Amino acid sequence: MEGESIYEVDSGDGLGADIISTVEFNHTGELLATGDKGGRVVIFQREPESKNEPYNQGEYNVYSTFQSHEPEFDYLKSLEIEEKINKIKWLPQQNAAHSLLSTNDKTIKLWKITERDKRPEGYNLKDEEGKLKDLSTVTSLQVPVLKPMDLMVEVTPRRIFANGHTYHVNSISVNSDCETYMSADDLRINLWHLAITDRSFNIVDIKPANMEDLTEVITASEFHPHHCNLFVYSSSKGSLRLCDMRASALCDKHSKLYEEPEDPSNRSFFSEIISSVSDVKFSHSGRYMLTRDYLTVKVWDLNMETKPVETYQVHDYLRSKLCSLYENDCIFDKFECAWNGSDSVIMTGAYNNFFRMFDRNTKRDVTLEASRESSKPRAILKPRRVCVGGKRRKDDISVDSLDFTKKILHTAWHPTENIIAIAATNNLYIFQDKVNSEMH
Amino acid sequence: MFLTPVVPHWPFYNLDTMFVRGLKRKCFDGEEDIEGTLAGIKAIPSYNLQRQSLLDMSLVKLQLCHMLVEPNLCRSVLIANTVRQIQEEMTQDGTWQMIHTQSTGQASLDRLVSTDILCRSSREQAEGKHVSGYSAFNKDFEGDQAQDSSETMSTASSVQAPRNLQSNVWEMENPQENKGNFQKSLDQIFETLENKSPNSVEDLFSEVDNSYYDLDTMLTGMMSNTKMGHCDGLETFSSPTATASNSNFKSDLNELDHIVEILVES
Repeated sequence: MEGESIYEVDSGDGLGADIISTVEFNHTGELLATGDKGGRVVIFQREPESKNEPYNQGEYNVYSTFQSHEPEFDYLKSLEIEEKINKIKWLPQQNAAHSLLSTNDKTIKLWKITERDKRPEGYNLKDEEGKLKDLSTVTSLQVPVLKPMDLMVEVTPRRIFANGHTYHVNSISVNSDCETYMSADDLRINLWHLAITDRSFNIVDIKPANMEDLTEVITASEFHPHHCNLFVYSSSKGSLRLCDMRASALCDKHSKLYEEPEDPSNRSFFSEIISSVSDVKFSHSGRYMLTRDYLTVKVWDLNMETKPVETYQVHDYLRSKLCSLYENDCIFDKFECAWNGSDSVIMTGAYNNFFRMFDRNTKRDVTLEASRESSKPRAILKPRRVCVGGKRRKDDISVDSLDFTKKILHTAWHPTENIIAIAATNNLYIFQDKVNSEMH
Repeated sequence: MFLTPVVPHWPFYNLDTMFVRGLKRKCFDGEEDIEGTLAGIKAIPSYNLQRQSLLDMSLVKLQLCHMLVEPNLCRSVLIANTVRQIQEEMTQDGTWQMIHTQSTGQASLDRLVSTDILCRSSREQAEGKHVSGYSAFNKDFEGDQAQDSSETMSTASSVQAPRNLQSNVWEMENPQENKGNFQKSLDQIFETLENKSPNSVEDLFSEVDNSYYDLDTMLTGMMSNTKMGHCDGLETFSSPTATASNSNFKSDLNELDHIVEILVES
């Protein structure tokens, strides 16, 4: 992988860059959206490839920046509602405009992004500034013409889906029918129609009658990429539930439950915490699901509920450090995972600004680092290694030297090409594999 | 002087290995500097001690929630489940049963790190039996495990440069800070509490609206009155019902308490 570009998401208010909280490519990969802790969304656009400068092909540049959410105050509970963008999901493009959904803890918004590169000139009744002309000066009529202008990107909020959630929204997912989407919080999942903001349907509710009995929460959810009636949600106990909306209006009863029995030899007080699924993603084919828990990524076959078909260790060397990681809260970090376009490689983040990629076919894996030093333009990323005592090679990092404040929680993979976006705190890294740029 | 508290770490450094069952217990190895009479003592923190400290830590975590913003429900649920697991295991072990027969003793300084003081009023509301349990468990534990404890406590991180109390105690709850160092936050919270003189312990506790400690309230972040800032949290812990006076602290000292007293007064 080659280092391509680094962007620091700057709040622009003099307070410095803000922490990126979500990263998402659109369906063609032409646009890349990031959300940050300050409620802003920055959209990058890929420059069209030019035969004249083959090395500059496919660079991502800032396309638009807008403030999606503002901090709010819940007067009933006397609590602040953070403006941090938890998730962004693009809608499939249906006309010249692009649309995306962005959400914070409580409110989902639909934004429309349009371009304006022409403007009409030559009005009869108005002058260049829009002021009415003195009619006595008008001696002839002309037909207004469209003249090119500097590209202007306009972003407008088209819908605001508010008051649907008591708890914190952790996921949104657009249905393949392109008409509905779902939003999931800790205890409930709601189904919305993209055009209707004053009504949503509750399709999953795991809130117990008595909150004291609460032992499990929803951690992530996603619609199936092809079957508009199927969706999956993951829980803090490490289970996945596939639900069919045709079965009943309230999908509390799952159609399939995916759960791996606990390994008794590895049992500890932290077993449940590290089994909590932080992210679930369907493969592009729709045949598999990818889940991330604290120490592993797992590939599940939709047809097999008893155990995952593949398990990859992300950073097993942390298994002996779980108590310390519990103490400093790192054990609750929610890492995301991603498939590549052909579902042959999976990727997830780790600590020390490391991220890992696993090739499902060759079973080889690599650890790479997202840092300024290693990411000069067109610099090749060097594989990294964490040593766990014993023989230590040069450039190895020991477990105890890992920086746990540098965590890569959010990663995204271009839908068709080998381009990845890595969010490292307040920096966005975009890496491209020049050798195999096209994957089918 | 019996003790030379020069080791800047917490004995529970090996907590990690203790909690991965199936691993052989490792000796407290010479990675850390152990000086004086402690040199050569290979103390393995007992499982019960480790488990107790994990329980304490978990309860502290549940209490130390950001209350400006709603707490993370997933995190709270996972911690609460961990607490339940430990309690269930303690019940099965039989260590829990011993609790009911013990009386609530006076609070000694080492109990600052126990759940007793931190949650006495809260647990009294929710699960009455646990309250006396924690303090008595420690009392019992002291008797049986004194040998163990004295060895481990003597290597406790104790004398460090004085730090600001408020920022120390609350650093642990802030997920943005203290990530780089494994032990620092645990070090700070225990050491800070130990370093306080007995008098100021009472100052730390004041009347609070007990409804805050209802699990439901905690999990959903609903609060009736108070909105606490990061550093105000300590003041909301209510005073222990059986707070002992200074004289009681000293009168009941065994070797362990003696050590703790030295740590406090230094």
